[in-house]
Amino acid sequence: MASTPTTTEATSRSTGPPAGDEEPVVHILWINAGLSCDGDSVSLTAATQPSIEEIVLGVLPGLPKIAVHWPLIDFECGPVQGADNFVEWFFKADRGELEPFVLVVEGSIPNESIKAEGYWCGFGDDPETGQPITTSEWVDRLAPKATGVIAIGTCATYGGIHAMAGNPTGAMGLPDYLGWDWKSKAGLPIVCVPGCPIQPDNFSETLVYLLHQLAGAAPMIPLDDKLRPTWLFGATVHEGCDRAGYYEQGQFASEYGTPECLVRIGCWGPVVKCNVPKRGWINGVGGCPNVGGICIACTMPGFPDKFMPFMDEPPGAKVSSSASAAYGSVIRRLRSITAHSVDREPKWRHTGRKLATGYKPPW
Amino acid sequence: MTTTAPRPGGNDGLVEMSWDPITRIVGSLGIHTKIDFKQKKVAECYSTSSVFRGYSVFMRGKDPRDAHFITSRICGICGDNHATCSVYAQNMAYGVKPPHLGEWIINLGEAAEYMFDHNIFQENLVGVDYCEKMVRETNPGVLEKAERTEAPHAAEHGYKTIADIMRSLNPIEGEFYREALQVSRYTREMFCLMEGRHVHPSTLYPGGVGTVATVQLFTDYLSRLMRYVEFMKRVVPLHDDLFDFFYEALPGYEEVGRRRILLGCWGSLNDPDHCDFTYRNMTDWGRRMFVTPGVVVDGKLVTNDLTQINLGIRILLGSSYYQDWEGKEQFVTHDPLGNPVDPRHPWNQHTIPQPQKRNFDDKYSWVMSPRWFDGKDHLALDTGGGPIARLWSTALSGLVDIGYIKATGHSVVINLPRTLTKPETTFEWKIPKWSNALERNRARTYFQAYAAAAALHFAEKALAEVRAGRTQTWEKFEVPDESIGCGFTEAVRGVLSHHMVIRDGKIANYHPYPPTPWNASVRDSYGTPGPYEDAVQNTPIFEENSPENFKGIDIMRAVRSFDPCLPCGVHMYLGDGKSLQKMHVPTGLSGMTG
Ligand code: SF4
Ligand code: SF4
Repeated sequence: MASTPTTTEATSRSTGPPAGDEEPVVHILWINAGLSCDGDSVSLTAATQPSIEEIVLGVLPGLPKIAVHWPLIDFECGPVQGADNFVEWFFKADRGELEPFVLVVEGSIPNESIKAEGYWCGFGDDPETGQPITTSEWVDRLAPKATGVIAIGTCATYGGIHAMAGNPTGAMGLPDYLGWDWKSKAGLPIVCVPGCPIQPDNFSETLVYLLHQLAGAAPMIPLDDKLRPTWLFGATVHEGCDRAGYYEQGQFASEYGTPECLVRIGCWGPVVKCNVPKRGWINGVGGCPNVGGICIACTMPGFPDKFMPFMDEPPGAKVSSSASAAYGSVIRRLRSITAHSVDREPKWRHTGRKLATGYKPPW
Repeated sequence: MTTTAPRPGGNDGLVEMSWDPITRIVGSLGIHTKIDFKQKKVAECYSTSSVFRGYSVFMRGKDPRDAHFITSRICGICGDNHATCSVYAQNMAYGVKPPHLGEWIINLGEAAEYMFDHNIFQENLVGVDYCEKMVRETNPGVLEKAERTEAPHAAEHGYKTIADIMRSLNPIEGEFYREALQVSRYTREMFCLMEGRHVHPSTLYPGGVGTVATVQLFTDYLSRLMRYVEFMKRVVPLHDDLFDFFYEALPGYEEVGRRRILLGCWGSLNDPDHCDFTYRNMTDWGRRMFVTPGVVVDGKLVTNDLTQINLGIRILLGSSYYQDWEGKEQFVTHDPLGNPVDPRHPWNQHTIPQPQKRNFDDKYSWVMSPRWFDGKDHLALDTGGGPIARLWSTALSGLVDIGYIKATGHSVVINLPRTLTKPETTFEWKIPKWSNALERNRARTYFQAYAAAAALHFAEKALAEVRAGRTQTWEKFEVPDESIGCGFTEAVRGVLSHHMVIRDGKIANYHPYPPTPWNASVRDSYGTPGPYEDAVQNTPIFEENSPENFKGIDIMRAVRSFDPCLPCGVHMYLGDGKSLQKMHVPTGLSGMTG
């Protein structure tokens, strides 16, 4: 491909000082070794607005040049001291040789201080000790040097499934780990894109926004108090659900597989901030309640504990669904109370030496 | 420069090397090796995983109906296989049989998962190991030969030489690489039509699905499916050409990633006409699956009986960071047929994490050691990434016969109908001579065609239900206070089982066993290495680079042929302790726009 320069140029450009008027390369360092399933990485490959190849090749106008260091599809796969060692980029960033870089974290951060030794999760090995470098250590090392930090998926943002009650690892989201008021050296808060997994375009869109911001083309990314992009997470699932007509008419499904509103068989849509029913999952196809899948609130800080058992009717829905048309204002108030509590994480997601998830450690 | 403290060098002349993290796989995996550069061979290999999450721990005490939603999150590329397997286990535990249409919809969803996942892995992850850039950097001599070698099936796939195929696989720049990314998207659309969203389904439930079954649903699926069928008519010959070329260009390449034939397949894609989800009838309906379960040892079918397969599963420890559960409460002493259940069976497992330092002479991984007990030995079965075991087992059993697919006893014949620009086409997967890296990869391509062919059958069956007015997709059930269940399916990468115990209406025990714990397992209490360890240990080195520029491509090809599904790692130590200058300039995504 004619437009692709040799990689030598790319590398010398990115590691050395920018020569003359040359545009610097923004490095994207991706750590997928939180407590994750890699589902957010995989999901991003489904994005089309824009797609990963379009982002990598800088196809949208105004995008800065980027170099992506992403375990899922990276070309590099060599051993540490041989050729093409992938993790070397992370050591480079740690030594201050990559400027600027954006850190993407996938998976929740376990609490490594609740046990005597070993590791819950690691990414690369420490050359001194031969032991894995924990993911939390990478975050400690790289976050202060990063221009921006992005948490991808509900695990990295708020803890998610792996921070469920009774978990042994004391897992938490990045804001719990770094602090909700944390700011990057460039003044950027942690950017949270929740979802289990992320809706593909939600993430590629946020990434593009940030790249435009770094290029000086866009103002500070608008985030809400849970650090979510407001234009993506401002409305509820219910507000974008095409079954809301049934809700309004009081037509509720009592069995899965029928077209009516699912609120009596487990849908949490009315109190959940997510755009999936409106946006669709991929190219407008798929979704959740719009296609018969109860909303289990996978984008929320209170996920999953505050929504289980998933297949039960949400408590807040009981009153409102039996009186949906007549008592609109009452329902709205009920909803806002529920919404407030489900938009907060359970209290056991925190740093410190004590595990409070309810699990009794044997160590 | 990061210098890696060399480990005290032995006098055996071996060089210690380890990769960390291994890219282009899913999940966390490290491969630590000792390489004999004089003999051009890998002498020793240890596989390690450095992520622990603890599903079996935090699922205890939860509502059993939450199980499929939770277990889906085990894996970000095949989570739906877990949701499906969990729903199967729940169906058994609750005694519910979903409507036929619900089962056809799940089959269509799972078939799309195979089509998507094998495609993206084969072309965008593993394919890069065989792309022009990679071959140029590891075996320039082979690339030269590829330039001169005409592709035997150029007429079918359009690439004149083998080197043209390799170029088309170059990351992002390669035409076929980019096309495959697009294919991975419309196959996920097919998946989402049936299961709501990818990879964690929204419309799957015990008792069936929430998908609203309309003519539109199946038409939308079928239109995309036919595009995929057309695509496969190019892809099967393309990969045959590429993989055959490696045997020819590098004599002896069949040894890369080779191990003894020890394959497991738990069967997948149920036939609702037979499957009632009872344990009692499991042997029978297991044999009616559209992918036949089986254990294949040294090329022979040991069993295709799911009940026997179930009872043979053992979870060993030995090199993993867990306390043993010997002497702890046994949840299930006998199966519903009265057969004794072993204390080391997943139904009886207790997961007790014990974080500790990594020590390759003792404990070194969060992965346990699942084995299959044949009455004599604890066999370290592998799945070969899934497809090779599925095709092998199905071929030997000779039970599948649905027109689009026929198992012959020694092969699997796949018939694809006419498509937009290509006539009716038949492919035959024949049992290969070896269980090695290239044959695992080849089987992956053939299984994509298999999944497409099976989906054609499922779509016809589903449409027949809709046209007959039988549109119900879900069946009511009650959660019993006390019950057990097991689910068996084939995740994309191979064997998947879920074992659940319900007490007081809550989950008392839940142990999912995906394929990667089998493949990435570690030395067990008998000292038997796991499949990666075993396969890499036998791998010869064909790479032309000196140790300083060594990439270990043959090792990576061996490991990736299993389609690993863990976040990963490997490091390299040079035995002589010299610190190397980086001579080599990295390529790929890192430099795409530079
Ligand atoms: S299905 Fe859920 S999101 Fe849709 S209308 Fe009903 S309650 Fe609202
Ligand atoms: S609609 Fe609900 S379940 Fe679906 S993605 Fe959004 S939050 Fe998650």
